[in-house]
Amino acid sequence: MSKPVLWLACFALLALGAAPVRAQEAASIPKESWSFSGPFGTFDRAAAQRGFQVYEEVCSHCHSMNLLHYRDLVGIGYSEDEVKAIAASKQVTDGPNDQGEMYQRPGRPSDAFVPPFPNEQAARAALNGALPPDLSLIVKARADSSPIKGLSGGADYVNALLQGFKEPPAGFKMSANMNYNIYFPGNQIAMPPPLAGNDVQYADGTKATLPQEAHDVATFLTWASEPTMEERKFTGAKVLIFLLVMTGILYAAKRQIWADVH
Amino acid sequence: MNAPGNQSQSKIVRWIDHRLPVFTFMQHELYDYPTPRNLSYWWNFGSLSGIMLVIMMVTGIFLAMQYTPNATMAFDSVERIMRDVNFGWLMRYIHMNGASFFFIVVYIHIFRGLYYGSYKEPRELLWMLGVIILLLMMATAFMGYVLPWGQMSFWGATVITNLFSALPVVGPKIVAWLWGGFAVGNPTLNRFYSLHYLLPFVIVGVVGLHLIALHQHGSNNPLGIDRKGPQDSIPFHPYYTIKDMFGLGVFLIIYALFVFYMPNALGDTQNYVQANPLQTPPEIVPEWYFLPFYAILRSVPDILFIPAKLAGVLCLFGAIGVLFFLPWLDTSRVRSARFRPVYKWVFWLLVIDVLVLGYVGANRPEGWFIVAGRVATLYYFIHFVVLFPVIGWLERPLPLPTSISAAVTKKGGARLAGASTPMEKP
Repeated sequence: MSKPVLWLACFALLALGAAPVRAQEAASIPKESWSFSGPFGTFDRAAAQRGFQVYEEVCSHCHSMNLLHYRDLVGIGYSEDEVKAIAASKQVTDGPNDQGEMYQRPGRPSDAFVPPFPNEQAARAALNGALPPDLSLIVKARADSSPIKGLSGGADYVNALLQGFKEPPAGFKMSANMNYNIYFPGNQIAMPPPLAGNDVQYADGTKATLPQEAHDVATFLTWASEPTMEERKFTGAKVLIFLLVMTGILYAAKRQIWADVH
Repeated sequence: MNAPGNQSQSKIVRWIDHRLPVFTFMQHELYDYPTPRNLSYWWNFGSLSGIMLVIMMVTGIFLAMQYTPNATMAFDSVERIMRDVNFGWLMRYIHMNGASFFFIVVYIHIFRGLYYGSYKEPRELLWMLGVIILLLMMATAFMGYVLPWGQMSFWGATVITNLFSALPVVGPKIVAWLWGGFAVGNPTLNRFYSLHYLLPFVIVGVVGLHLIALHQHGSNNPLGIDRKGPQDSIPFHPYYTIKDMFGLGVFLIIYALFVFYMPNALGDTQNYVQANPLQTPPEIVPEWYFLPFYAILRSVPDILFIPAKLAGVLCLFGAIGVLFFLPWLDTSRVRSARFRPVYKWVFWLLVIDVLVLGYVGANRPEGWFIVAGRVATLYYFIHFVVLFPVIGWLERPLPLPTSISAAVTKKGGARLAGASTPMEKP
């Protein structure tokens, strides 16, 4: 092997091979095929909208998404009017008004997603002391299972977790108020099985099986973790084409200029 | 050597140059600057480091316009940059991956110096200034990593600042002073932000000195022998400007692949969870570029009366400190490893050793990782403190070529047409 190649191989190893080897307690996460994976992947708008519906009707009773605004929903294909209608269906606390009092009003597209609980203590009080994590970034925060930690790693995890509730094996000691999940590290999760299939009536007529719902929610949450992903990939394609052409020209210029030295 | 500032076509240029010789300076240092004709592509990584520094500062300044250095708002402000600021995601991913690529480039630059003996007389101070730049970079990168205020930011800051508590007597006081409180908190974040903004400008200053020291004797070269006359040199422009630019193009393609298609591949997913002082993440691991040093820190056991923690901290700083003495630890007078039949191979042992340390640093100190970490740490210091002087004494170097041009041209040293005279402008 030539020396430059050896060098580069060494540094590539150091950079990529250094991923920590984690203790594998949970079952390995099945790999799903996602609309958004790969260099040209985009979010499946219909799946993301169905996922939003599942979030609205099921997840949002416990999980906040504090980084999202209703206006962001344009990004998964809702029209401005639809977004207005979705926002208006929420009650948002605003104020203080001229009397110094807080008041409720219908939501606007510029409002952040209304959280299910006013604060952490309220959530814990209502849910046996457990705190449901905010879901805005959950896919990026759980992307360990993918070798390059792309978004699909986190989506695989969410998709698997939602379908991973099983009866605990004989002899497995469960703590109080915990549920058995084969994909959760330690296998005990405070969240009860949120989906069972047919939890929602999809507007587009898709059959709401459990795998379908899990897939749709994972798609929606992936979009929510990085709404700028499509812009990033499209920009990247343009930048790379430019760089390839520019580097080619520079190489030719280098050959030309160095012709008299060699 | 012509002084074009004074002979320029433009009256304005001549007027300025007579009073402030910036044009003459640029002509000498960027245009005519005689450079060995045989530099390989390994010599691209110096200018690439400089370009990375500029990229980091430019993107950093834009990020600073949108970032809020407050413990309750920092995490959300970074996400606001990702979501709502126009091209904020681009600035942030360039900056975030830029740290990794800056270190890749600088580490290659350092290993190139090690292989070709670029630290030897008369370039000792050039090398030592480079080690200072490395130290400043590490401090800057560490403090920058704290700013997004994710879980790994917070816990990384806690672990690293706690290192100083290992110092006897004054340790705990120093740590409280660094924190500005009794734990990593808002005052810590604020001062790290301030210093993260300051240190790059300090780096620019030291880079200036690094370049002055470089231009005093010019670049080393793959043969490691001095230039003996004009036939050994070519002017920096256009030969090395175009070579550096082509190298930059290749580098940017790889960098862009990460920025646009795997922007989080080199980061830790835990940093997308907001810092929570009440919950320790399953593993506290630094970014990859600190892993070899992290391994050294964790590998060292109790040494005599020195507790393991203090010994680890001393070895951590010693691992970089030893580089300062390298010009005198290496007793060989031959620079390039090409003519050093023993060192040529031992060099690769160091590369492997550092990779092993990096791998160990990424894993829990359990089982054979402890053994591997200790062996690799020991070897690291043996390499510098024992092998460098001993090989220099015992090794019999190969005969050196008589001159650069004799070695690299078939004709054997004909003066290059156009060498040392700038190319004609079209």
